[in-house]
Amino acid sequence: MTRVPGVLVFVVSTALAAAQPAPRQGSVAPAPQSAFADSVLDARTAAVASQLRCPVCQGLSIQDSPSELSQQMRAVVKDQLRAGKTPDEVKAYFISKYGEWILLEPKPHGFNILVYAMPVALVVAGLAVIVVAVRKWTRPPSPTP
Amino acid sequence: MNWKRAGIAAACVVPVILVFGYGLTKDPKEIPSPLPGHEASPFALEVFAPGQPPLNRAPGDTVRLADLKGQVVVLNFWASWCLSCRDEHQILSETARSYAGKPVHFLGVLYDDEADNGTKWIAQMGGQSYPSVMDPGALTAINYGLYGVPETYFLDTNGRIAYKATGPVNERLIRHFVDSLMAAGAK
Amino acid sequence: MLARDAILVSMAVVLFGIVAVPVAVRKGRRDWMQLAYAAVYTNFLLVSVAALAMVYGLVTHDFSISYVAQVGSRETPLFYTVISLWGALEGSILFWAWVLSMYAAAVVWINSRRAGNLVPYASATLLFISFFFAILLVGPANPFGSVFPVPQDGPGPNPLLQNHILMAVHPPLLYLGYVGMSVPFAFAVGAMLSGEVEGDDWTKITRRWTLSAWALLSAAIIAGMWWSYDVLGWGGYWAWDPVENASFIPWLTATAFLHSVMVQERRAMLRLWNLNLIVGTFLLTILGTFLTRSGIVSSVHSFTTGTIGYYFLGFIAIVMVASLVLVAGNSERLRSTGRFDSIASRETVFLLNNLFLTAFMFTVLTGTLFPLVEEAVNGAKVSVGEPFFNRMSLPIVVTLLFLMGVGPALPWKAASSSEIKSKLLPPAGGAVVMLVVALVAGARNAYALLAFAFAGYAAFANLREYWIGMRARHTAHGEGWGTALVRLIGGNRHRYGGYTAHLGIILVAFGVAASSTFRSEHEATIKPGETISLAGQTLRLKEMWGREEPQRSVVGATLEVMNGTTVGGTMEPRMNFYPMSQSPVPTPAVRSGFFGDLYVNLQAFRQDGSNATIRVIYEPLVPWIWTGGGVVVLGALIAIFPVGVGGARRREA
Repeated sequence: MTRVPGVLVFVVSTALAAAQPAPRQGSVAPAPQSAFADSVLDARTAAVASQLRCPVCQGLSIQDSPSELSQQMRAVVKDQLRAGKTPDEVKAYFISKYGEWILLEPKPHGFNILVYAMPVALVVAGLAVIVVAVRKWTRPPSPTP
Repeated sequence: MNWKRAGIAAACVVPVILVFGYGLTKDPKEIPSPLPGHEASPFALEVFAPGQPPLNRAPGDTVRLADLKGQVVVLNFWASWCLSCRDEHQILSETARSYAGKPVHFLGVLYDDEADNGTKWIAQMGGQSYPSVMDPGALTAINYGLYGVPETYFLDTNGRIAYKATGPVNERLIRHFVDSLMAAGAK
Repeated sequence: MLARDAILVSMAVVLFGIVAVPVAVRKGRRDWMQLAYAAVYTNFLLVSVAALAMVYGLVTHDFSISYVAQVGSRETPLFYTVISLWGALEGSILFWAWVLSMYAAAVVWINSRRAGNLVPYASATLLFISFFFAILLVGPANPFGSVFPVPQDGPGPNPLLQNHILMAVHPPLLYLGYVGMSVPFAFAVGAMLSGEVEGDDWTKITRRWTLSAWALLSAAIIAGMWWSYDVLGWGGYWAWDPVENASFIPWLTATAFLHSVMVQERRAMLRLWNLNLIVGTFLLTILGTFLTRSGIVSSVHSFTTGTIGYYFLGFIAIVMVASLVLVAGNSERLRSTGRFDSIASRETVFLLNNLFLTAFMFTVLTGTLFPLVEEAVNGAKVSVGEPFFNRMSLPIVVTLLFLMGVGPALPWKAASSSEIKSKLLPPAGGAVVMLVVALVAGARNAYALLAFAFAGYAAFANLREYWIGMRARHTAHGEGWGTALVRLIGGNRHRYGGYTAHLGIILVAFGVAASSTFRSEHEATIKPGETISLAGQTLRLKEMWGREEPQRSVVGATLEVMNGTTVGGTMEPRMNFYPMSQSPVPTPAVRSGFFGDLYVNLQAFRQDGSNATIRVIYEPLVPWIWTGGGVVVLGALIAIFPVGVGGARRREA
């Protein structure tokens, strides 16, 4: 039982007519060859892309998101890295266009330090409390006169 | 029942409620753009929808931002699959026509769509007075910090971004910015 | 409209019940308390009428009802029509009210014969919460509005919610777990109001409810992860989205409570802390609901809002003030009088466990709320996403894994140094084995290695406890291993249920650690006949196809799994196009094996079927996450229900 391409064309055009937007066709870029330099570039792109937020998604990174804009932004990241920019420069570029919101992790300066420091402070304080409490609770009871 | 401690505990609730109450008045999806005040990124994009005389350009022509220096530029990002774009289309088209002959340039940039779809959509909407261009790879969209459509950018005569509008624009807003930027440019 | 009237009447009934309790207490009249209990049952009946009427309306496509007009559609299959009851805001509030009324009725049914004021006050608390949800149902979240003129058809539920069978599982489990946390809270308030909070009876009654709600919430979280994995097409199962965090945060405090209550039972200590944990867990569930329903943070679950956020805010204010006033006011009475025998004891480990679980909760809560606080203070928008949460939670998770191994190994009260050696050293073998395995598999990241090592340690330690117990019974009573196991568990339900739950968590930890560390992916655009390979697996694109279904159009790719030149099976990732939706909903194809999943998503395709962009991801050990979830629930079930062949049920943990 084979399904002929004709059916596919019909179904897809129906889908296109029915769905409000035209479904996006992926950019048909060939997969990178297994040359070492390319896979290193891919890894570097993935590392930077994981730290940038997809502007049209709910909290996903542009590395994880399948949306068209994310794929295009990944391409921009890759091109900039290939051209010799450092990851910080690439991030700075996106920040200049979208604001600091585009970073998935707040830059640890100024008020933002709180979100990093407070949990750590809680652990430290909690450990201190436990140490004091356990010491108190394991002290041998003082003899009653 | 220790009422003093109870009172202190109750008081601690107040700042929490205040912060949440404040948060309810804000829209988390609205991202303020850092671009207004900065120089607009240059672009060189190919026309696919010519528009109508006297504002038209030939299909295949390249519109460069550099060529538009000295004019107020209204840059509108849109797509055929965007529902809200329908709300603003007629307003943009007619307002653009009303500025014919003045140093104002309206330009549509198609985002995440095919030229065919765009042309069909314009025909369905009854035509468009100003041209629209393609933005391959969404490079220009990213350069302008786009995160949805429609978005409209108002550039002053020196090529700086004056204002970014997210969502459909109305006539009053367009005229407000175009008129004030024209006046500023004339000085 | 019958259903809306039912809710209105229920509000009157509930109010009556709330008032009846303090009156009954003041006058010392048990018959008034029976009236209050009757109010609880009546409320359950009335809300059930409303909920069932809604289901009926959905199934019969009664588009004159506003909620049906919103989420109903004649083309949607019956299964998804029924479960669209919880698919949008108004329906989900109705569902919440229904589950809550069910819990209240169950609490009364089981406990109504008990003397004292604990149960009446607890019932009144549950009625109070029900009253709030009834207000929502007649106000901002009214699903029973009238639509005129009556439309012929509706848009159907959100396409994301009609693609997978787990949509029938995850929300009900979540509600049962989430709303279930109201019960321990109600008992806590009841204990404080009735003066029984100094005793231990109320925690004994509450324990089973807390365990059940915890088990349901655990299952719900795992089911949610599984749904996310199978539906969203990006191969992930957790994105630290606010709605995910909202379900996870109360789970953490509930887990902390389940541990520290054991210290309370053995040592009569930590009572105030435990009270805070119970109250905190409930407050966090309400906070979580507020966050996801008010639109205050942007999330995949955000519903568009209107005024419901303000209602929730008012409720939060009242409940927070009331709870904190009660707890703080009672705090002096709950001073610890007990002692610890030694630092090297299980008690100390439990303290540390509580600290790190609380720190984890605090970290996730702070991260989720920080964008809001930043905007309130600085007016700036920031994002707090996956990189932040991963960075901050990894050290905590690794520590908790370590504690999960040390805790079961150490005895209560005190351990001599020889005991410490004999109990803590052997599991180190498990740690070494897993460390070597991880290194050989290629892991180099420090946290990954620690996670594997400590998970190995904890697995060995927990399994060893079973082994020691079974061996003791075998030696002492001559029991066969099977009988020894059953009797062992039956005699110490809480302890062995706990160890089982630990093993479940360890499986989840292995799954998460492996799929994060050893994941690989590859994306390529291929034509029919061409292949794409990853991790030793080769897939050949056979053809592209399409079909029409009543509610959607589906485009799919058939890929053959190649073993050399023979076809070993097929995988069919798809894209589903719904008329009302802007972007297609993917259905990835997942092939599960013991060691991992092959995950294939159709990213894009050419209209004429001449090529397709396929993304293949190899996800090691992901099935262990779902299995681990099942083991966790099994552990909870062991602790909740008697297991045993004869033998007295000794309450030892």
